[in-house]
Amino acid sequence: MRKRNSGKDKLITVALHVALAVGLFFAAFPIYWMLSSSFKSNTEIFALPPTILPKAFTLEAYAAILGDSVKLRFFFNSYFVAGAVTVLTVLIALLAAYGFSRFNFRGKGSLNTLIISTQTIPPITLLIPFFGLVVSYGIFDTYVALILTYLVFTLPYAILLMTGYLNTLPRDLDEAVLVDGGTSWTALWRVVVPISLPGIVATSVYTFLLCWNEFLFALTLTKSTSMRTVPIGIQLLMGQHAFEWNQMMAMSVLGSLPLLLIYLVAQRYFLAGMTAGSVK
Amino acid sequence: MTRQKRSHHKLKRAVAPYLYLSPSLLIIGLLMLLPMVTVIAYSFQNSAVLRRDPSFAGLKHYQAIFDDPVFWASLWHTLYFTCMSVIFHMTIGMIFALMLNSDRINPTLRNILRVLYILPWLFTAVIIAVIWRLLLEPNGVVNSILMQLGIIGSKVEWFSSPETALHAVTFANIWAGYPLFMVSLLAGLQGIPKDFYEAADIDGAKAYQKLIFITIPQLMPIIISISLLDFIWTMQVFPLIWITTGGGPIYSTEVLSTYTYKLAFSSYNLSQASASAVVILLISLGLTLFYIRYQKAR
Repeated sequence: MRKRNSGKDKLITVALHVALAVGLFFAAFPIYWMLSSSFKSNTEIFALPPTILPKAFTLEAYAAILGDSVKLRFFFNSYFVAGAVTVLTVLIALLAAYGFSRFNFRGKGSLNTLIISTQTIPPITLLIPFFGLVVSYGIFDTYVALILTYLVFTLPYAILLMTGYLNTLPRDLDEAVLVDGGTSWTALWRVVVPISLPGIVATSVYTFLLCWNEFLFALTLTKSTSMRTVPIGIQLLMGQHAFEWNQMMAMSVLGSLPLLLIYLVAQRYFLAGMTAGSVK
Repeated sequence: MTRQKRSHHKLKRAVAPYLYLSPSLLIIGLLMLLPMVTVIAYSFQNSAVLRRDPSFAGLKHYQAIFDDPVFWASLWHTLYFTCMSVIFHMTIGMIFALMLNSDRINPTLRNILRVLYILPWLFTAVIIAVIWRLLLEPNGVVNSILMQLGIIGSKVEWFSSPETALHAVTFANIWAGYPLFMVSLLAGLQGIPKDFYEAADIDGAKAYQKLIFITIPQLMPIIISISLLDFIWTMQVFPLIWITTGGGPIYSTEVLSTYTYKLAFSSYNLSQASASAVVILLISLGLTLFYIRYQKAR
């Protein structure tokens, strides 16, 4: 047992707390700065010396974003694409995960390896053939192009996450359905799906995040302003009004809200998804 | 059950897994494996994508890339960016995890700090890029603080001078990426049996000895597998660099992904871009094989 009363021990505790404060500054200051700048006027952002709290608190940047139908469209596009991909991914991954988790079959090992290795395929490598395909099938600058291409990147993670979750569930329940003469299909929907809701939530959260954050494909496979997603919208804003920093920060805050909310409400599921690729 | 029914049942059992997997395999096959073959084909064609009947180019496009000094500069920048990022992600992640795991801080503070230390993870690369552009503006808050502390004498143009740009984007990426290590190592620390430390206490081990002989060896599998994944993913970073510097000034932050993107969509040289994309793919595949072998050996 450690002796708690010695002077040296107290010094270590104090040093630890100082280090924690430095760490906090490092981790949180940039985000604090984004938040406080979004409530400042553009001139105050570059005031010297910098104002830590907004001197003249204003919502003008948020009003400018929320009052602009072009920018609202970016948000709609992001939610719509991310939502659609999440539903499709979870459904398709659930089926695959059920196959992996409840059956033994030829080629199972190599298929599993294939899916693990697709996690690391560089997006830039697929971008050029996707561009060729999307143009030749006439779906350039459409939701379909984004949804199909996002699906490829979300699916491997979703399958691994769901398989991992299904493997933790007891098999007796769904085997009972089979013994009673039911098919595996009935077992899946009557028994497995209801008890795997936590796994489905974690997978949905992670899939949604991947789509919400995607930049490269949205940049290349869409063109018209009405098809752009939030990340591209922020980039456009930067090109058009290079000095409207308060609006850019307000848009960044609004663009981060879904992730922050999901994290605060479903921290456990969020972390389960984010570390899925690395912890097996 | 009759014999016929039973064999029918068996057949269904044998076919079923393939049916469940078929939608996934169809998508992965058509939209991942086929495009990979396509990009390799493009890299051997003249005017790929742009012409309907491209002619065979042999290794011409690979030759063009390997003769391009910007390609080698990009490769070097990618290596620097990736190695520094992974090393600092690991170091900062480890320090934060050890601090948060210490029994010297009270549990409420620990929980609050844990949430706050994860913050950089919750932001999209584009937003991280925009935040750092604001922070590192010549008239921005970082310069102002550093000048007041007397660390720099005049305003530094972090992202727009060739001497500092690569360091600046690397720093932003280090900030953005350490939480993956932190969260994974924290989970790992909680999994180390307490009696290891108690036994060491009985033997009179010092804190640093416990760190070197118990904690780090126990965390080694996590450290290695996260480092490999982090390396593969950081190598592919695009939006952060694209938004902060766009690869400039004068190619000083050009990495393989921005180099390839510009070849394809600024100069419309899709054949040469494909060759470059194949090179990136080969590097990634090599590392992935290494990763999978490591995972299997565990």
